[in-house]
Amino acid sequence: MADAAIAMTGPRGAKPKKALSPRNIMLYGILILVCVYYLLPLYVMVMTSLKGMPEVRLGNIFSPPVEITFEPWVKAWATACTGLNCDGLSRGFWNSVLITVPSVILSIIIASVNGYALINWKFKGSEVFFTILIFGSFIPYQIMLYPIVILLREAGIYGTLGGLVIVHTIFGMPILTLLFRNYFSSIPEELFKAARVDGAGFWGIYFRIMLPMSLPIFVVALILQVTGIWNDFLFGVVFTKPDLYPMTVQLNNIVNSVQGVKEYNVNMAATLLTGLVPLIVYFVSGKLFVRGIAAGAVKG
Amino acid sequence: MKLTRLTAVLCASVAMPAMATELEVTHWWTSGGEAAAVAELAKAFDASGDKWVDGAIAGGGGTARPIMISRITGGDPMGATQFNHGQQALELVEAGLMLDLTDVAEANNWKEIVFPPSLLDACTVDGRIYCAPVNIHSPEWLWLSNKVYEDIGIPVPTNWDEFVASAPQVREAGKIPLALGDQPWQSNLAFGAMQIAVAGLDAWKAVNVDKNMDVAAGPEYAKVFAAAASARELAKGSNVQDWNQATNLVITDQAAGQIMGDWAQGEFQVAQEVAGTDYTCLPGLGLNEYISTGGDAFYFPKVDDPEKEAAQKRLAALLVTPEVQVAFNLKKGSLPIRGDVDLAAANDCMKKGLEILAGGNIVPSGDMVWSADVQKQAEDLMVEFWKSDMAPEEAHTKWVEILKSGL
Amino acid sequence: MSVTSEAERGRITSADRPRAGWRRNISAKIAAIPMIATTLVVFVGGTIWTVVYSFTDSKLLPRLRWVGLDQYDRLWSNSRWLVSIENLLFYGVMSLIFTVVMGFILAVLMDQKIRYEDTFRTIMLYPFALSFIVTGLVWQWILNPDFGVQGIVRSWGWESFTFDPLHSPETVLYGLLIAGLWQGTGFVMCLMLAGLRGIDEDIWKAARVDGIPTWKTYVVVIIPMMRAVFVTTLVIVASGIIRLYDLVVAMTSGGPGGNASQVPAMYVYDYMFQAQNLGQGFAASTMMLLSVLIVLIPWAYLEFGGKKHG
Repeated sequence: MADAAIAMTGPRGAKPKKALSPRNIMLYGILILVCVYYLLPLYVMVMTSLKGMPEVRLGNIFSPPVEITFEPWVKAWATACTGLNCDGLSRGFWNSVLITVPSVILSIIIASVNGYALINWKFKGSEVFFTILIFGSFIPYQIMLYPIVILLREAGIYGTLGGLVIVHTIFGMPILTLLFRNYFSSIPEELFKAARVDGAGFWGIYFRIMLPMSLPIFVVALILQVTGIWNDFLFGVVFTKPDLYPMTVQLNNIVNSVQGVKEYNVNMAATLLTGLVPLIVYFVSGKLFVRGIAAGAVKG
Repeated sequence: MKLTRLTAVLCASVAMPAMATELEVTHWWTSGGEAAAVAELAKAFDASGDKWVDGAIAGGGGTARPIMISRITGGDPMGATQFNHGQQALELVEAGLMLDLTDVAEANNWKEIVFPPSLLDACTVDGRIYCAPVNIHSPEWLWLSNKVYEDIGIPVPTNWDEFVASAPQVREAGKIPLALGDQPWQSNLAFGAMQIAVAGLDAWKAVNVDKNMDVAAGPEYAKVFAAAASARELAKGSNVQDWNQATNLVITDQAAGQIMGDWAQGEFQVAQEVAGTDYTCLPGLGLNEYISTGGDAFYFPKVDDPEKEAAQKRLAALLVTPEVQVAFNLKKGSLPIRGDVDLAAANDCMKKGLEILAGGNIVPSGDMVWSADVQKQAEDLMVEFWKSDMAPEEAHTKWVEILKSGL
Repeated sequence: MSVTSEAERGRITSADRPRAGWRRNISAKIAAIPMIATTLVVFVGGTIWTVVYSFTDSKLLPRLRWVGLDQYDRLWSNSRWLVSIENLLFYGVMSLIFTVVMGFILAVLMDQKIRYEDTFRTIMLYPFALSFIVTGLVWQWILNPDFGVQGIVRSWGWESFTFDPLHSPETVLYGLLIAGLWQGTGFVMCLMLAGLRGIDEDIWKAARVDGIPTWKTYVVVIIPMMRAVFVTTLVIVASGIIRLYDLVVAMTSGGPGGNASQVPAMYVYDYMFQAQNLGQGFAASTMMLLSVLIVLIPWAYLEFGGKKHG
C-alpha cells in the first residue's frame, strides 16, 4: 500500500525533459485519471479503517481521519468475534496458508503437465478434453456443489484438507491449462525435436527443457491461483470443518453479520488484512506477471 | 499446534473414556446479541461436562443452510445444527440422516412443557421427534418512532389504519412513512404481517392451514393486496439494503415506522432507546394481536460414534431446561418455548409478546405450513410487487398460483 | 522419414515409430490422467448428473422422481428468470465491450514507453487481487447517495448533483459495471499489453515506411495479429460474466425495483438452496450450460476442426 501511495505522486513529481509536450500531457493525464479511479476504493478502505466508529458515522468517507487509530486493525486481527470465537482473523490465517500452499502447488503441477501434453504430445481426443476443460471454466461453482459433495463422499475424502485441495485443483485447471498450453506452444519446436533425437522422453523433456524456460508462466499461474484460492469462501466452508476454516470465513463473518451495528472501520481493516497476501504477491511479482502473460497468451 | 492438540485429545480419550465429548455446533447467529445468547448455550453445555465447538457461519440462513446441508449429505456431519422449525429439514429427516430424539423428549416430558405445542409438532415426523426447539420469533410487529409523531404534533398511531392515515403528514414533514430494506425477505415479511392483520384470523387459517384456495382468491385477501399496494407507496424513498439499516432510519427518526420481527428491539436497545417513550411496538400491527410462532430449533445429524450420540442427546435435553431457556432468550430477545419460566427481566415489548403467547393468540409460522419452495416463490413475487408498480390484482392472481403449486 | 505433414502439427508423431495403438505416448497419457478424470468425471459427469436431475421434482435431496419438462415449463414462465437473462445479456455485452476496449486502450497507452510503467501497472492490477465480495462492499459504499460521491459533491455546493446508480432500476446495471470493470480491466490490460509486446518491431517499422497512421496500424495490422490474446481474454472475461453472483449479492441483492439486477446464477443458487427445489435449480443450470455450449462448440470447431483440413 505504501508503494501505491508513493507511486501516485511519482509521475507528477519527476518529469523528464521535454515532458510537457501535448502528447505527454494527454498520455499521463489519462493514466493518472485512470489511476484515481483504481485507487479511490483503496483510499476509502484505508482511511475508513483508521477512523473510530463515531467519526465513521459522521459521514464523509473521503476525508482523512481526524484522529488516527489502529484499533480497528487490532480488532479485526485479534478480537473480532465469529460466534463464540473472539480471536479475529488470526484464527484462520494459518489455515488459509495450509490450504493455499498445497492447492497452488498441485494445481500448477497438473495444469503445466496438461498444457505440455496438449501441445507436444497430442493423442487421440486430447483436443476434445481440452474443449471440455474450457467448457468447465464457464460452469458456475454453485451448480457443481452437489455433484462434488457426492464425489468426495464416495471417495471418502469429504471434509479433509486433501479433498479441498483436489477441489481447488479441479476448478483451477481450465484457465491454467489454457495458459500453459499457449505458453508451451511458443517454445521453439526445434528444441523439442532436438531433445527427442537425443532420446529424451516425456518427463525428461518436461524437466530439462520446458520447466527451465517457463518461469514467467509459472509466476502467472502462481498469482492467479494464490488470488483465487486465498479469496475462496464457498469451497473452504463447504468442504472443511471449523478446525480448518480459511480466513475468508472469518472475514465473511465479520463483514456479513446481519444483525447488530455494522462496524465499517473493522470491516475495512479486515478486508485489507485478508487481501494482504495476494496483494503482496502482486506487488512482488508484477513484472514477471506481464512477461509471463506475454508468452502465455500471445501465441495460441 | 493443531496436531498436538489433536494428539492430546486422542490420548486423553484413550486413557479416560469418560472424558468430555466434543460436539461441533453450526448456526448462523453472529451478531453481538446473538453471539451472547449462543455463549449461554455453550456455557451450559461445557458446565455439564462436554465441550461445545462453535461453528458459526454469518450471512443468515441463506448462506449457512447450503453449507449445513452439504456437510450432512457429504457424510461428515456436525454434532448439532440450527434450522428454523418446520419443513426446512424435513427431507433430511425422511432420508434417515437425523437422530431420533423421541426418548429424550419422553424422558424430559417435552409434550407437557413445550408451549405452544405446535412447536413440538413442527419437530415431529411420523410420530417421532427430531429436533429441540429453543426459541420463538414472531415477525408481525410494527415499530414506530415516537419523536417523528411528536414533531408533527399528532398522537402515535395505535394500529395500522391510523398509521396509514397519518402518512401524508409524515411525508409533508420530509420523513419516510415506512422504512423497508431491499433484501428480498423483508418485503415478504411485511406482506406476511399484513396478511394476518388485514385479512383476519379466520381467513388466514383457511388459506394457510386448511389451504382453501377460494378464500385465498377471495375478497379478504384482495383487501390485503390493496393494503400492501398502499403500503408500498409509503415505503418509497427508503434506500437501504439491510433490515437493521432500515430499523436505523426509525431509530434516527428519519422514518416513522417499520414492519419487522421482534428481533428489531435489539437494535433499539443497542441505541439505548426505551420502549414506550422513544419507540412504540405494535404486535399484529395493532389490528389483530396475533403472532406467528416461528423460531429456531436444533437438529442432530446421525453419527456413528455412540459417545457422540450420547452427548447429542445430553445437549438436546439441556436446551429445553428452564435455566438455559431463560438465559438464552433474555440475551436473544426472543420468547422461550415453555410457558412455565419467569422472564421478569424482559422489556415492555417482550412482555407484550409473552402476554399474547400466554393468551394463546398464536398461529403457526410460514416455515411450518408451506414448503421452502412456495415461500421462495412468494418472496420473489413480493419483491417484484413491493418494489415496482405491479397492480395488486395481478399480484393477487400470481400469488394464488404460487400457493397452488405447493398443494 | 519421420518428418511428415502430420508431424508438423502434432510434434509427437516423429517420436512414436516403435510403438503402436494405445501404447503410443504412454507417459503422456498417464500424465494426462488427472485432466481426463477431471473432464470426464467432474465436468461431463457433473453436467449429465445435473441435466438428469433437472427432469425430476427433487427438493432438498436429489431423487429420481420424473416430472418430465415441468421444471422447464415453470422456469420459462417465471418472470424473475426471464429478467435475469435479460440483465445478464445486457451486463455481459456491456462488460465485454468495455473490458476489452478499455483494456486495449490502456495497454496501448502503457506501451508508449512511459515512465513508471511498473507503478501504473500495479495500480491497475491490484483490484484483481480482491474478491468480488470486497469489491461489491466498497463500491456500494462509494456509490451510496448519502455519504458517497453524490454526498461529497453536494457538500461542495452543487446541490442538484445526482449520482445514485444503485437505487434506480434503469441505472443499477451500470453501477454493477463500474465495480466489475474496476476489478477486471487491469488484468485484461495486462493480457493486451503482453500481446502488444509480442508483436515484432519490424511490423511497426514496415507500417511507418508505408506511411500508415498509427491508429490505423493498430486497427488493421496489430489487432488481427493479437487474435490469441483476444481469445484468451474472451474466455476469461466471459466465464467471469456467466458466473456473476457475488458482486450482485454484495452490492444490490438483485434489486432495486424487484429484479433490476437479478442474474441467472443467483436464481440457480436461490432455488437450489433457499427454496430447496433442486429440480428447479438444475433446470436453470442446464439452461445456463446449454447457452455456454452454443457459444463454445463453434469456437472449438474453428480452433481445432479447421486445422485438420487446413
